[in-house]
This record gives sequence, structure tokens and C-alpha cells, in this order.
Amino acid sequence: MKKICLFLLMLLFLNTSLFAKEYTVIRFGVDPNYAPFAYKNNAGKLTGFEVDIGNALCKQLNVSCRWVESDFDGLIPSLNAGKIDAILASMTVTDAREQVIDFSSEVFSSPTAMVLRPGTELGKGMAVGYLQGSIQETYARQVLATQGMRVVAYADQEQVYADLVAGRLHASLQDAQQAQSGFLRLPQGAGFVMGPLIESDLMPSKSAIGIAKGNHALKTLLDKGLAALHADGTYARLQDQYFPGVNMYSGQ
Amino acid sequence: MPVTFTHFISTLEAYAQLLLLGVCVTLQLALLSVLLGLLLGLLGAAAKLSGLRLLRLWAQLYTTLVRGVPDLLLMLLIFYGAQTGLSRLTRALGWDYIEIDPLSAGVLTLGFIYGAYFTETFRGALLAVPRGQFQAAKALGMTFTQGFVHVVFPQMMRLALPGLGNNWMVLLKATALVSVIGLADLIKVAQMAGKGSQLLLPFLLLAALIYLLLSSVSNLALRWLERRYGVGAQEPSR
Amino acid sequence: MIELIQTYWRPFIYSDGDQLTGLAMTLWLTSASLCFGLILALPLSIARDSPRCWLRWPVRTFTYLFRGTPLYIQLLIFYTGIYSIAAVREQPVLDAFFREALNCTLLAFALNTGAYTTEILAGAIRAMPRGEIEAARSLGFDGWKLYVHLILPSALRRSLPYYSNEVIFMLHSTTLAFTATVPDILKVARDANAATFLTFQSFGLAALLYLCITFALVGLFRLAERRWLRFLDVGR
Repeated sequence: MKKICLFLLMLLFLNTSLFAKEYTVIRFGVDPNYAPFAYKNNAGKLTGFEVDIGNALCKQLNVSCRWVESDFDGLIPSLNAGKIDAILASMTVTDAREQVIDFSSEVFSSPTAMVLRPGTELGKGMAVGYLQGSIQETYARQVLATQGMRVVAYADQEQVYADLVAGRLHASLQDAQQAQSGFLRLPQGAGFVMGPLIESDLMPSKSAIGIAKGNHALKTLLDKGLAALHADGTYARLQDQYFPGVNMYSGQ
Repeated sequence: MPVTFTHFISTLEAYAQLLLLGVCVTLQLALLSVLLGLLLGLLGAAAKLSGLRLLRLWAQLYTTLVRGVPDLLLMLLIFYGAQTGLSRLTRALGWDYIEIDPLSAGVLTLGFIYGAYFTETFRGALLAVPRGQFQAAKALGMTFTQGFVHVVFPQMMRLALPGLGNNWMVLLKATALVSVIGLADLIKVAQMAGKGSQLLLPFLLLAALIYLLLSSVSNLALRWLERRYGVGAQEPSR
Repeated sequence: MIELIQTYWRPFIYSDGDQLTGLAMTLWLTSASLCFGLILALPLSIARDSPRCWLRWPVRTFTYLFRGTPLYIQLLIFYTGIYSIAAVREQPVLDAFFREALNCTLLAFALNTGAYTTEILAGAIRAMPRGEIEAARSLGFDGWKLYVHLILPSALRRSLPYYSNEVIFMLHSTTLAFTATVPDILKVARDANAATFLTFQSFGLAALLYLCITFALVGLFRLAERRWLRFLDVGR
């Protein structure tokens, strides 16, 4: 009843600040279709590199974590709507995004690469798939499409792989580490290889936690937590667990 | 073929708990939404038939908006809009943040949408109750409320039954849309279970079968209700 | 907001330079599905109540399956499900057909609306006054002539109000197309939202477009009813 009354009354209220001074709960927005960064295991439990980092952060900062799932392109609107406090979903720091939200210090860095069948020559008319709302979309539309390739957007990364395996796509464009651990290493990824890493200004590699613009309190809190994770070795341990032998932190 | 079938059964066992959870979420969503929808429908019908022009206008706006904009689009708008408004409200009042979790968001949205359809059904049903009933109740000395509750309302419900039944069938299928806004309902769970393996089609067919079962059971229940209480309205089966 | 409209008015209305998108795609999806669905439903609605059970039961099973399951699942089955079968991918004709997202989407939509339209038309056929049919028979109308000249036109007219609901429903259902990567109005709105983060404005524009189409359709149907249902005296 209270919720219904609130729902009706809320229409009257407009401009007020959204930020708490003290956090007892941090709500992280996540897209659970991006193994090994964030995915659901067989029991339906949310897990992954970033999920573990988030949980470790909360433990470090003495707050409790709440994970809110969403499609990738719905994360920033959710942040701006106040549904979540932070975005921990392999979100790369780009100029366009920095105009709308703030970012914490770096979580990890990972370049972009294509995944395709060996021997595929990409040319005009070939279909390339990517995750809607990602930096790969910007690159695909501004570079690949002008080269004559057919670019197709998908609501989540898993669907990109499904169509790649099915043969509707000739290649897919995504984060290199995600492709390695979330597809190529799995049985469905057999028969595919990773193309060369793609360097472009449109696709920076640094990924950080997204925070609502102007929320300095949370930024300081999260930066402090991240630094502590590096200091006490938790970051190194998780990095080894998910990406053995790979250095994910660039220190930018 | 036999190899894939046993493979399917073993995968099914692994995911059985998850699938059951998905079915529960779908049913919860449908039942809660229909309750909210019924409430909004009654209020809306009352508003549409009221003497106040402003109230009629708002009710008309409500039904026109909902019937003119696709369900999925409304869902996205309400999903983000409701949370923003609520956040600002709770901040302004100094209350604790009240979370609208995906299930509540789904219920709010579907309830809001189907409230408009129920408004039309109730309005039609109310108009179909013969005027004489209201007058007879008054003549027997009942107050307006007594007359409404004991005489008009039961008749209205009987007339509304086919329309409500149809709307319930549509609502049951509309719950499938919430998987698009992230709620872990039956379809999302089936996709999770079948993803990556060649078992996507079997799991999707299983989910379809479960929906078919739910629809059939609802259909039987509604037909029983109509036979028991209904007035035998003429509608080409929908 | 102005920038949003300036950047996205073209994709919203008809094209993003590459393929048909937005309003044009939505209208194409809606009209093509309805067209195919109606063509499918005409013979099926007659078969549905046929005295021959080998005609009756396949049709009833078809409508039962397609009306009892959500359109979203049907779309998923036709788009991802069928193409995951190796046998489909190996057969050249099937492969070429199911490879295209638009084909899968149209197929799913057409079958779905076909099922509902079959039931609507079958109901209208059943509602036809016996006397008219007997009179026609006595005048020598028989077999398919009876159906083509008498029963079907009458059924089509009687089902107009219910069919208008179906048309609107189909229009709203096309919003699911983006899950099969077909770029309709909602997909363009999501693109605009992802690029500019102006959620209300992007989706609001889309809502406005749908409202306009719906009003136009409702208006058209009112005119149609006034013309073709005058004999039923449907007071408007």
C-alpha cells in the first residue's frame, strides 16, 4: 500500500539530489552475460572476475553488496535513474561516457579483438556482430560499416556467439579477454580463432567502475577500496584465478 | 537421436531447480499483475463513468496511452521512470531508498498496462447491467453502497467474466516480455540452460510446453467459471 | 532533445543508410505479417470447422499451439532454435531462408497472426445466420462458390471489429523484432538511448510514433466499419 501511494505521489517531486553521504549498501549494476567477467553458473548464481572484485571491495569497505542485473545498454540509464549506485560491467572509459557519468580508477585493461573462423577474409558484405551500447559498436559503425561490412547489434554477448556459431555472422567484435575465456576456451568456441588485436582511439582499453556524475563521495570510497585490493594481494589472487599468466592491470 | 535425448534429460536434471524457479517467477508475476490490474481497472471504470469531467479525462488519457503504446516500450519507460521518480521522492522526504526490484517493476508495469484493458472490460460490463437493477435496489431501501455491493457488483462480475478471462490469457503470455528487461523468468532461464549447447531448441520447446500447459489450465478454469457464474456472452473465441 | 531528433530522425523514420529501419521497417513487418497471416487464415478458417476430421484436427492443433504460447518464445524458436539444427543449416534452401533474420521474424509473426485470424474468422463463420446459407443453397450456390461469394465476405465483414484489435496487437508485437536483430522503431530508440543517454526522450519519441500509427489505424478501421458493417447497424 505504501509503495502504491508513493508511486502516485512521486509525480510531484522534481529536482533533488540523489546522493547519500554514507553508504551501507552499494548497488552494483552488472550484465550477467559476459563470462568470465560476470556470468551465472549452473546453479544460477552470479559469479565472475568483476563480481568477485565487487564483493571483495564491499568486504574491504565494510558495506554490503547488492547486484542488479541489466542489459549492457541499460546500465547507464539505470545509473542515471538512481536504480544502481555503480556500474561494474567491463565498462570502458570513453570520452562520450565521461560526459554523462564519472568513473573510478582503473579496474582492468583489455584490448578488443575479432573472433572468426580461421581463413576468413573479411571484406564487403560480411556480417560482423557486437554488443549493443559497447565501444565495439562505435568502432563497428564508424569504421567497419564504412568499409562495406554489414554490422549487426545484439542485446547481449551470448547472442552474438550463438549467431557466430550458427553461421549468421562471419565475425564478432568484443573484448579480447572475454572472447578468450568466455568463448574460445569453451566447447562451442572450438573451430574459431582470435584475430589480431585492434588498436583504435574509438576503443580504449581501460575499464573502470561507472558512477553517477558528481558523486565524489562514492568515487573516493571505491578508489580507496580498489587501492586496498591491490595492496593486500586480493586483486593478484583473483587475476590469477580467472586469467592465469595474464596481467590485466595496466596502471593507467 | 537417442544420444541427444539422454543428454537432454541429464542437462534437464542439472537445471531442474532453476527451471522451477523460472516457472514460479512467471506465475508470481502474472498473479500479482492481475490483482493490481483488477484494482486499477475498477478505479478506472469508476472514473470513466463518474460525473466529474476531469476524472473522465484522466481515465481516457490512461486507456488511450496504454492501448496506443506497445507493452514493451511502456515497460522500458516505466522501468526507468518509476525508479527515478521514487528515488527523488524518497530523497526529498528523507526516507531510506526504496528499491524497485525487477519483479516489482514487472508487476507495476503489467498491472498498469492491463489495468487499462480491465477498465474497458469493467466499463462495458457495468454499462450492461440493466438500469432497473440500480433503481430496484434503491426502491428496496438499500443505500448506494449496499445496492452496489449486493446487487450490481455480482452482476457486473458475471458480465465481465469473458472479457477478464481473455485479458488473463493475454497477460499470461505478456509475462514473457519481462525477460527482455532482465527478470529471470521462465524464458530467460530456459535460454540460460540451453545456451551454448545444441540443446537450445529443446529447452525453448520445453518452455513453450510449460506455457501451453499454463494456458490450457487457465482456459479450463475460466470455462468452468463461466459455466458456473457467467451469462454466456457471445464472443468469437480469442 | 533537438540534437537527438536531428541525428536520429532518419533512422527513426526510414533508414540508417544501410537497410530499412524505424517506422518503415515497423510498417513493413506489420503489413507483411498481417497479409501472410490473412492469406493463411482464409482456407484454415474454413477447415477448422470442417466435418472431415483430417482437416479439422491439424488446424485446431495449429491454432492451439500458436495461441497458447507467447509470441516471444515463437520468435526465439524460429530465430535461434531452428537455425541451431544441423540439418537445417546443411540444406541450401532452408539455410538461405533461416539465415536472414527478417525471414525468421516474418515467419514467426505471420504464423502467430495466422492462428489468431483463423480463430476470429472461424468464429465469424459460425455466427453467420443459418437462413442465409440455406437460401443460398436453394439458389444453387454450392461447395467453394458458396464459400467464396457468400460465407467468406460475410465472415470478413463480421470479424472487422475483432480483426482491428488483432491489427493493433500485431503492430505492438513488432517491438519484439529487435531481439532478432531486426531494426524497428524500438531498436532505433535503444540505439539513440545508448548513444545519447536521453532515456525519456528516445523512448518518448518512439512512443509518439506508435501512438500516431495506432490512431491512424483505428481511424481507418472506423471508416471501414462504417462502410462495410452498415448492414449490422453498428452505431458509431
